[in-house]
Amino acid sequence: MLLFFLSSGLFLGWSLGANDAANVFGTAVGTRMVRFATAAAVCSVFVIVGAVVGGAGASHTLGKLGAVNALGGAFMVALSAGFTVYTMTRMSLPVSTSQAIVGAIIGWNLFSGSPTDASVLIKIVTTWVACPLLAAGFAMFFYTVFIRVSSRFPVHLLWEDTLVRWGLIVVGAFGAYSLGANNIANVMGVFVPVAPFETLTVAGLFSFTGTQQLFLIGGIAISIGIFTYSRRVMETVGGSLMKLTPQMALIVVLSQAVVLYLFSSQELSAWLVGHGLPSIPLVPVSSSQAVIGAVLGLGVLKGGRGIRFRVLGEIAAGWVVTPVVACVITFIALFFLQNVFSMQVMQ
Amino acid sequence: MPTLFKQTKELTTQIDDFLDAISEGALVFQKGVDDYLSGDLERFEQRYRTIEALENRADDVRRAVESQLYRHSLIPESRGDVLGLLEAMDDVINTAKNTLSLFLVERPEMIPGLTEEWRDLAIAAMHTSEAVVMAARAFFRDPRSVNDHLHKVYFHEKEGDKMAMGLKRKIFDSDVDLARKIHLRYFALNIDRVSDAAEDVADRLAIYAIKRTV
Repeated sequence: MLLFFLSSGLFLGWSLGANDAANVFGTAVGTRMVRFATAAAVCSVFVIVGAVVGGAGASHTLGKLGAVNALGGAFMVALSAGFTVYTMTRMSLPVSTSQAIVGAIIGWNLFSGSPTDASVLIKIVTTWVACPLLAAGFAMFFYTVFIRVSSRFPVHLLWEDTLVRWGLIVVGAFGAYSLGANNIANVMGVFVPVAPFETLTVAGLFSFTGTQQLFLIGGIAISIGIFTYSRRVMETVGGSLMKLTPQMALIVVLSQAVVLYLFSSQELSAWLVGHGLPSIPLVPVSSSQAVIGAVLGLGVLKGGRGIRFRVLGEIAAGWVVTPVVACVITFIALFFLQNVFSMQVMQ
Repeated sequence: MPTLFKQTKELTTQIDDFLDAISEGALVFQKGVDDYLSGDLERFEQRYRTIEALENRADDVRRAVESQLYRHSLIPESRGDVLGLLEAMDDVINTAKNTLSLFLVERPEMIPGLTEEWRDLAIAAMHTSEAVVMAARAFFRDPRSVNDHLHKVYFHEKEGDKMAMGLKRKIFDSDVDLARKIHLRYFALNIDRVSDAAEDVADRLAIYAIKRTV
């Protein structure tokens, strides 16, 4: 029964693996710099590691937005978010799982009469806006440094190729880790308060919390998505927004990985607070929007030619439309689940 | 991945070997013309055999590099450019070899008093080819410095054109028979073609270098 309830989250995980792995390894595979099998293996391993090791931060923030306290409710929240993503994708509208799940949680809050913490919501939405902007900033910075260094220390064309291949794998691994750490909250976050897993202690050395077990399952769902469905997405993602050279692809993936890492690393946030600096909000963000931000940043550096500014409008619309649609769908779905199927969706 | 490093090292060496062959071919070409002009036909034939061997080596290395680049899908962005560059460079040594083979087969009868002009023309062709080899090496190692070599290519090529024109005038101003004049003009044209082939490579390199530095 537990697996049935988790299935909606696992579906979200599968779809995340199928679509968002392309944000990490798409250009590398699309330009044939890295083989799909290598990309899929590295991506899967590091998504799972990221989810289990670093997934708690962003998930905690979602928990503060709304703690879904019944398994049936959590099932429907994840299912509605998944349905929103699926429907909006079918309608060719830009959509992000992060935004859908937040809308769905608010839908549950409204249905169950739980209050929605406005300050948390504002923090989340501000982070969404900051995400592509930060990615653009990082991309511009990294690219400028890259150009300076490569013109000062020129490398043979073939060695550059080899280094970029290695770089794409290493940075891709970091990107996959950050994706797992940041986005596992979308997949499994709503199940955290209700999952019945006990903490396991392995050989008295380290403990494996219930949340980590949940995230491991979610991570595996993501990696199944990567192996079964991401190949086509990766192979077509290559030049969809702007034609990227493998070097630019490296910068884009690095910028996206850094942004996702920033918004999920509890250690970094704690370190900043420890040094009297403001903490970083740990919020699940859209990896696609980070990529778009990074690519646009490079476009601006290149003089702004070939940028499709319409994309920016579509992203901004997505910040509003996706959560609202997910919220409405969740509200209606919870109503049906409670009144037609007599399932407990809240306590 | 260690295989990838080994492959890269091998390919880098192969490309260097290829460019060495082209560069050596240009020097041998100039020496060959020199030997012909001084009437040392035995040494000239040796030079011809050397340039033939160099041309074969360049062909073999070029094919090996091409197949490796495709088989392992290396440098996907600049593969087309690199292959185009290698093929165009190959034309330089082919033209030089073919010109020496024409000397070998047709044995043109030189007009006394024009030896220096012939020598200068062959030296210009050698300089043009040398400069384009330097530009090609720069394309692989430091694309921003390609232009530093390209202007030398264009300079020597123009000098070669002027020399070829001067030589042809002198040939046709001389009082040998027309058939011999036409025969010699054909040789002046062929020596100058080596510079032209190098100039074609330079034109490609100018674009490839911009693409790599953008």
